[in-house]
Amino acid sequence: MIARTDAYDIVLKSLTEVFAQIGTPAPDKVGEDTVLVGNDAVLDSLGVVQLIVEVEQRLEETHGVSLTLANDKAMSQRNSPFRTVGVFAEHVVATALEAAS
Amino acid sequence: MTPSERPVLLVTGSRKGIGRYLAEHYLKKGYFVEGCSRGDGDIGDPSYHHHHVDVADEKAVRGMVADITKRHGRIDVVLNNAAIASMNHVLLTPAKSANRMLEVNVTGTMLVCRDAAKVMMRRRYGRIVNFTTIVAPIALAGEAVYAASKSAVVTFTRILAFELGQWGITCNSFGATPIMTDMIRGVPQDKIDAVVNGLAIKRLGTPEDCANVCDFFIHPASDNITGQVIYLGGVT
Repeated sequence: MIARTDAYDIVLKSLTEVFAQIGTPAPDKVGEDTVLVGNDAVLDSLGVVQLIVEVEQRLEETHGVSLTLANDKAMSQRNSPFRTVGVFAEHVVATALEAAS
Repeated sequence: MTPSERPVLLVTGSRKGIGRYLAEHYLKKGYFVEGCSRGDGDIGDPSYHHHHVDVADEKAVRGMVADITKRHGRIDVVLNNAAIASMNHVLLTPAKSANRMLEVNVTGTMLVCRDAAKVMMRRRYGRIVNFTTIVAPIALAGEAVYAASKSAVVTFTRILAFELGQWGITCNSFGATPIMTDMIRGVPQDKIDAVVNGLAIKRLGTPEDCANVCDFFIHPASDNITGQVIYLGGVT
């Protein structure tokens, strides 16, 4: 199981890492409502791919959990589970819970 | 973790045949070699680690890659050699057999590429070689589904090259001529002879031929060689 605060922290750190990798300055303020997918997104589609992979790798390193975040359920949802930082963190918690059950 | 200093190579289907030869070939070259198959492996080298994994099993592949990453912190090379073949006239091919070939040969290749590439992209370096076969371009009767699955591997690899190129990962395919392994041991000799006689170089392939092409594709200097397919024996 992964605590919501841990998941949020991992998504934020991963986002910072992705901005560093793609050489784009991070927005001044990044938080729960920062948009990752769709209109006003701070990343392009490839940036989102990188972010998802970065979060998966960090989860493995820090929590020893091996998750596929872009799973069938996630990819078939009407609203993307990656649309904001906060929603992404919720998705991490839910996916970890599901994997553990 | 701090990545191992020695490069790490994953070869699927390493219990026997070409996969085993390649595992031993790259152990001699100083790689940490990670192998997998549906059965237990018996390569005794301390730099070799065997995973009991069916490449078509998504969870198992994910677990294998996570385990490699945990121990080594890197994956430099993937050789997707694992495959199954069922040589039958299409009129005698059950759906179950066709689906299983597609699962192992296409989905299995995709899963290993996907999960290994996630590790490679963080270090912005990777070499992927996916194994195909000459029976696809020569349209060999009796191998329609197997050949179709391997054609899919070639197309998948060409597009993969474009999807992963920006992270320093090259993706290429390699198609061997018939090699005397368990996979073709049940094929009638006259049929093998007919294939060999149609080649520019009229001989069976060897594991050394496979290693030679893999050596070229995975060489660090081959960083601008991607999306290509090399067939042995003059086949194009």
